[in-house]
Amino acid sequence: MKSRLSMAYDESGRAARCRVVTTLLAVALIVLVGANLCIGSVLVPADHIPGILSGGAADSMESQVIWEIRLPRVLSAVLLGGALSLSGFLLQTFFNNPIADPFILGVSSGAKFVVALTMIVLLGANRAMSSPAMVAAAFLGSLITIGFVLLIARRISSMAMLIVAGVMVGYICSAATNFLIAFADDQSIVNLHNWSLGSFSSSSWDDVAVIAVVVITVSACVFAISKPLSAFQLGEAYAKSVGVNVARFRVVLVLLASMLSACVTAFAGPVSFVGIAVPHLVKSALKSSKPIRVIPACFLGGAIFCAGCDLIARTLFSPVELSISAVTAIFGAPVVIALMLKKRVR
Amino acid sequence: MGGFVPRPKTLGGDIPCLDSPELARKRQKALSAYAELRVERPLRAESNLETPVETQADGAPLFRISDLSAGYDKKVVVEGVDLEVREGDVVALIGPNGSGKSTILKTITRHLAPLAGAVELDGREISRWKTAEFARNLAVMLTDRPRTELLTCRDIVEAGRHPYTGRMGTLSPDDHSRVDEAMKTAHVEELAERDFMQISDGQRQRVMLARAIAQDPRVLVLDEPTSYLDIRYQIDLLRILRHLAKSRNVAVIMSIHELELAQKSADKVICVKDGRVFRAGAPEDIFTRETIGELYGLQHGTFNERFGSVEIGRPHGDAHTFVIAGAGTGSAVFRQLIRQGKAFYAGVLHEGDIDCELARDLAAECVAERAFEPIGDKTIARAKELLVHCARLIVCPAAFGTINARNAELVEFAQSHGIEVMRACEGASEDSQ
Repeated sequence: MKSRLSMAYDESGRAARCRVVTTLLAVALIVLVGANLCIGSVLVPADHIPGILSGGAADSMESQVIWEIRLPRVLSAVLLGGALSLSGFLLQTFFNNPIADPFILGVSSGAKFVVALTMIVLLGANRAMSSPAMVAAAFLGSLITIGFVLLIARRISSMAMLIVAGVMVGYICSAATNFLIAFADDQSIVNLHNWSLGSFSSSSWDDVAVIAVVVITVSACVFAISKPLSAFQLGEAYAKSVGVNVARFRVVLVLLASMLSACVTAFAGPVSFVGIAVPHLVKSALKSSKPIRVIPACFLGGAIFCAGCDLIARTLFSPVELSISAVTAIFGAPVVIALMLKKRVR
Repeated sequence: MGGFVPRPKTLGGDIPCLDSPELARKRQKALSAYAELRVERPLRAESNLETPVETQADGAPLFRISDLSAGYDKKVVVEGVDLEVREGDVVALIGPNGSGKSTILKTITRHLAPLAGAVELDGREISRWKTAEFARNLAVMLTDRPRTELLTCRDIVEAGRHPYTGRMGTLSPDDHSRVDEAMKTAHVEELAERDFMQISDGQRQRVMLARAIAQDPRVLVLDEPTSYLDIRYQIDLLRILRHLAKSRNVAVIMSIHELELAQKSADKVICVKDGRVFRAGAPEDIFTRETIGELYGLQHGTFNERFGSVEIGRPHGDAHTFVIAGAGTGSAVFRQLIRQGKAFYAGVLHEGDIDCELARDLAAECVAERAFEPIGDKTIARAKELLVHCARLIVCPAAFGTINARNAELVEFAQSHGIEVMRACEGASEDSQ
């Protein structure tokens, strides 16, 4: 009887922990978004923010800075950060490997290559590239790369070798992108270079609209598959034995992960380590890897991570802006190293 | 030859035989009562909406495999498999490594598509079952254990409720109580909040069993459930399986390497050898020296059906030792001689005596008298024939009794022929030559 009581207590403790952590993350995100709006070359006092936001676009300089630059930028950082972190979580579940994410597996680089190719072809035909076209190109690139990594994964069983294979695929794609740049004309190079460094700086409201539609829709889908995802955590054979259509589910998983990562790459370039570091930190904080708990917290965590890193990227050496990937690497890579030491990945 | 006491009369005809139809009918009645109980359980009733489940009292098998060929990518690994499993049956698949046991199990759990033949659950081809519905009827426990991260054992067991929960997988109070019950059945309640990766292999195995039980299946398929477990957990696991079969009427189908455990826990045994079902039947029919020897191609060792165990076989060469044993006094000496690689004779023993059973497998020759009879002239003569060639005689029993009294003649015979006579010491740690 006593053990039954303590069991129930622990279980509710875990659920309570999940609620507390998720709430804290949400609060932290709101504070960070506020900070992102306030801080910059023009400091906007925090108490002006509610007025500016509720008043809509006005002619004041503060209002313009916020509505034209900072708000779309922080929104895209929040949405793309969440997307990246979820994409990492999906790939980790898919490969049953805590160090998988779109950047490490070369998926971002693959997306980057196809986007660059499309961009050069379109610019050569004197046509600009629309944001949905960027997303589509990145999605195609992501799928091709994941397909390639999957082919390799079939032949190797070691977790470490999968990562090495992914990194190699990433290098090949980056090299191919560099070839493209070498043969592209000046105008394309400028475009490509800015984009491929990775930044949330060029976000327009149009971009934010596309990002919001894609990321929110796909994230909702991810949350909706948390039940089969949970079965999948015990391995494919067990997932199948409790009634998951594994073949179909694998396809869904790859499509959702690719779509999220493609959206990030299309708008912000390849962003490193967020996909590994954030899900790991979130799972540790929740003390659980149950998808239904992890997915919302993971999204919030990724949003916080990217909004924070973006804040550092644009303010630390202002007016020089750092690439977002450089900042996420500085914070994310140590987490990944700690993770490898802890897991002793074989 | 003379001097035998006449054999006692056989028992009267009014005492029923263990296998009589009368007793079988009684058992069947009890089984159908269980079946009715099951139907009343609410969740089972729900799944019955899709497929009416008639009680199995009429003897229709729950699970039927007919002329199945199974394998990978059109390459046949096993063929011609026939099997009928009823509710409450424990079926063991035995056979050498690589004979195709796992392939059969993977096929009947739909992890592999059958290449030919039929597999039916409740009279319906398994490929025609909806996945969730199938999962409510059949659960598996596989050899590979999941590698998880930050999941408690309770989380793992809860995964077994997957086929019953709704869209988001939230567990109802009923689901929770079934998870509790499953953990209790598999003796893992105290592990509930432990991390699945931080418990022992034996514990993990039981947690996986609890997961399968939580799935509330009618058929439970286990691939080598006892591998890597120490003897205590093996026994524990098989007791749980028997309990499930007998009290909940679950049909259990498992592959197993431990012959003695298979013999003791299975109602039906299927021997798989070289991609075919080599033999199938009740454990009494399968676990014989000949069948097991042939199944595994034993050349040196032998399988003893009484003990359900395997002996590593008798040494080559001539025997120079004669051992008088009986009533279990000799087994330690026999084993010691075998370990030293010395062939020996044993006698005079009585059929059915455990020393006699063991000596048949280990001694160069075992001189035996019929059970319950005093030692006869012919037998003692044979023992003397063998004893003449020996250098020593080891006497295991402290004293001879009524029916083996004439063994004393062998001791006298040895003394008069200059054969060294020694007693087996308690704990028997002697030996010189």
